[in-house]
Amino acid sequence: MADPMKIRATLVGDSTEVKVLMSHEMETGQRKDAQGAVIPAWFIQNVTVAHGGTTVLAAQWGPAVSKNPFLSFKFKGGAKGDKVTIAWVDNRGDKRTDEATIA
Amino acid sequence: MNRRRRQVLKSGSGATLLALVAAAGWLKPGEASAQSWNKAAFDTKSMADTMKALGGGEPVQSKDIVFFQTPDIAENGAVVPVGITSNIPKTESIAVLIEKNPNMLAAVFDIPPGTEPSLSTRVKMGQSSNIYALVKADGKYYFAAKDVKVTLGGCGG
Repeated sequence: MADPMKIRATLVGDSTEVKVLMSHEMETGQRKDAQGAVIPAWFIQNVTVAHGGTTVLAAQWGPAVSKNPFLSFKFKGGAKGDKVTIAWVDNRGDKRTDEATIA
Repeated sequence: MNRRRRQVLKSGSGATLLALVAAAGWLKPGEASAQSWNKAAFDTKSMADTMKALGGGEPVQSKDIVFFQTPDIAENGAVVPVGITSNIPKTESIAVLIEKNPNMLAAVFDIPPGTEPSLSTRVKMGQSSNIYALVKADGKYYFAAKDVKVTLGGCGG
């Protein structure tokens, strides 16, 4: 199981700014190990951010997203104390969901 | 767990992954189409192919797409910050493409109404090249390009 995401959700004016740092290898499948064998690709494919039951951002990622991916964006309609839920699924079918409170 | 992983590896198809995700109760059925992973699009090597896989026509260059936090020179190609803002009304999705990477498409973000069409992330770049921001707005496609020099590649061993 992967490490928890670091999520920060802050109210800026009338929108909520979400910053998230995920913990993932994001192996491209292009690199080789010391023996010359290709290291298989292992990366996050789908990311969903939800607030109050609605999706506020849905992303599809390829292996070109950096290791330990960072993502930042803003959405309207959040309030202090609301929960923001972020979930990802990688190409091995592993997944992780974390939650943060808007501050 | 292990068996499930095998299945995903064996088929290698987004459809199977989607079925698994849906079975796990993580997705509501209505959201399924937005959640599948577009394998064809992520396998493409050129802008034209990517457009075909995404189902769009020829994109139009637009000055309303702005890069922010994106360096002119990136010292480490493994971690290149990219920020994209689209000032085009009714922006539906933003994609990040890197011209000279083995596969051009790096990420696609679906922007539902209420979410600002502005986001930032970090990508890997194999070598100096253009970064394209591809924006879908009101059914049409627009793009902007930014040249980023990389002093140390991010896709090698």
